[in-house]
Amino acid sequence: MTEELIIAGFGGQGVMTMGQVLAYAGLNFGKEVSYLPSYGPEQRGGTANCMVVVSDEAVSSPYIDEPTSLIIMNQPSLEKFAPTLQENGILLYNASLIKEKVTSEKTSKVIGIEINHLANQMGKPQLANMIMLGAYVSLSNIMPVDSIKEVLPKVFSKKYHHLLPLNYEALDLGAKTVKG
Amino acid sequence: MRVLMKGTEAMAEAAIRAGCSAYFGYPITPQTELIHYMSRRMPEAGGVFLQAESEVSVINMVYGAAAAGVRVMTSSSSPGVSLMQEGISYLVGAELPAVLINVMRGGPGLGNIQPSQSDYFQSTKGGGHGDYKLITFAPSSVSEAASMVYDAFDITEKYRHPVMILADGALGQIMEPVSLPEQGASKPSVKNWALTGAKGRPANKIFSFYLDPKGLEEHNLHLQEKFKNIDDEIKYEEDISDDMEILVVAYGTVARILKNAVQKLRGEGRKVGIFRPISLWPFPESALKSASMKAKQVFVSEMSYGQMLEDVRRIVPDEIEVKFYGRAGGVVPSPNELYIKLKSLLERGV
Repeated sequence: MTEELIIAGFGGQGVMTMGQVLAYAGLNFGKEVSYLPSYGPEQRGGTANCMVVVSDEAVSSPYIDEPTSLIIMNQPSLEKFAPTLQENGILLYNASLIKEKVTSEKTSKVIGIEINHLANQMGKPQLANMIMLGAYVSLSNIMPVDSIKEVLPKVFSKKYHHLLPLNYEALDLGAKTVKG
Repeated sequence: MRVLMKGTEAMAEAAIRAGCSAYFGYPITPQTELIHYMSRRMPEAGGVFLQAESEVSVINMVYGAAAAGVRVMTSSSSPGVSLMQEGISYLVGAELPAVLINVMRGGPGLGNIQPSQSDYFQSTKGGGHGDYKLITFAPSSVSEAASMVYDAFDITEKYRHPVMILADGALGQIMEPVSLPEQGASKPSVKNWALTGAKGRPANKIFSFYLDPKGLEEHNLHLQEKFKNIDDEIKYEEDISDDMEILVVAYGTVARILKNAVQKLRGEGRKVGIFRPISLWPFPESALKSASMKAKQVFVSEMSYGQMLEDVRRIVPDEIEVKFYGRAGGVVPSPNELYIKLKSLLERGV
C-alpha cells in the first residue's frame, strides 16, 4: 500500500509540522516514508504545502501529482489541490475556514471538520492541526493514532513538552470526530 | 538504526562521521540547513566551523585547510559555487583533496531557490580555468547522499583531487530515513606532502604555479594520467532487460520521479529500462553504451535544457534515437508529466 498525501494551507497553520510528525511516525511504525516541504520565501499567512509518502515499499518519487489523500486547511488550497485527488481518495478540510459545502464525485470520503472551533474550545487555537492529524490518521487507517503520540516527544523540542498531554487530547478528539 | 533527516543535515552529519575536521561556508538557500547544522555540530565534534564573508573566501580557506592536511568540506548552491570556481581550479592545480557540495538551484544568475540540475556542465566539464574535470557524484536519496559524502573523503584523498557532490534543492529539503555511516570507520590518510611544519624534515611546497611551459606541461600530463585512474570510481544503477522498447536515463531527483513513470508503464506491459548514472564524471560510458544497445530508443530527462544529454548522445550508438525532455528554472517535472511523455514516445515507436 502506498499513501500519497498532500497537506496544504496558510503558513502558520502547522502544515509542515503535521507532515513531519506523520513521516516520523510512519518510520517508527516500520514504513518507508518521504516528506517534501514546499519551500520559498515562506511566511506566516503565505501558502505552504508538503507532500508525504507512506508506503510498504521504497519510495520512488517524493513528488505527488495525484494524491490518495488531501488535508486542506484553507480555501485557496482547496481550489488548487481538490481537482488532483485520485479516485476513491480522502478529502479532509477545515470547515472553520471553508464555509461552502464541499462535494467531490471522485472521492469516497469528504469530511469537513471545524478544527479552529474545536481547538478554541480546548483553549489553544494552535491545536487545530493536531485535531486534523488525528482525524486523518483515524480515517485513513495508515497507522494507529498511538503511533503519532509516540513520536511527538521526539519531534517537539523539550520546551514544549508540557503541552504534550493537550496534543494527545487533540489527536484523540480528531479521531473521535470522524469515527463517531 | 534509521533516523529521519533532511538531505542537507544528513550530508553534514556524514561528513563529521567521516572525520571532517574543518568546514567553511556561507549561507545560501536551499542548503543553508547544512551550514546551520555544521555551526552547531562542528564545535561539539572538536572541529573548526567558520562562516566566511563570501564564497570566494570560503574556497580559499578550504585550500588552506587542505594544504595543512586535514579533512575539509564546504557546501553551497549554484551562484555560490560559481564564485568558488577559481579556488576549485587552484585545488586541482595544487592537487589538494577537498569535498564540495552543490545543492543546485535555478539559474542562470541569481535565478531562484527551487531545484535544478543546470550545473552539470560546470561540475563535470571543468568550471574553473585549466585542463581538468571534477570527480562528481549525484545522489538521488538522502540515504545515498549521506554515504556518498562519507566515501568522498577517502576518494578525494586517494587521488588528491576535489570531489563534488552534485545534489539539488529537492534533495536538500526532503526528509527521509537514513542509516548514518559509522563514526571512525573512515580515517584520514597519512599525508607526507602536507604543510605540517618542516621541523626535522625538508620543507613541503604546495602550489599551482609553473612558470616554465615545459614544467607546466609535465604537470598537466601527470594530472591527465591521474584522471585516467579515476575510472575506478565509476558508479551507476541500472534496471534493464534484453529487449527494451525504451531506455530512460536520468540522475538525481529526476531519476526517482522517472521511476514512478517506468513502474506505471511496466504495469501496462511495456518494456522500459532505467539507467541512472551515479558518478557523472567519470561518466559510466561503457555501461551506458551496452545498456543502450539493448533498447530501440533512449530517453533522457533533466532539470535543464539538456546537459547530461550531450554525454548520452556522445555515447549511444548513432542508429539509436535519443529523445529528450527537460524542465528548467526550478520547475520539477511531475511523475505524470514524464509518464505522458514516455507513453507518447512509445506509441510513436510502434
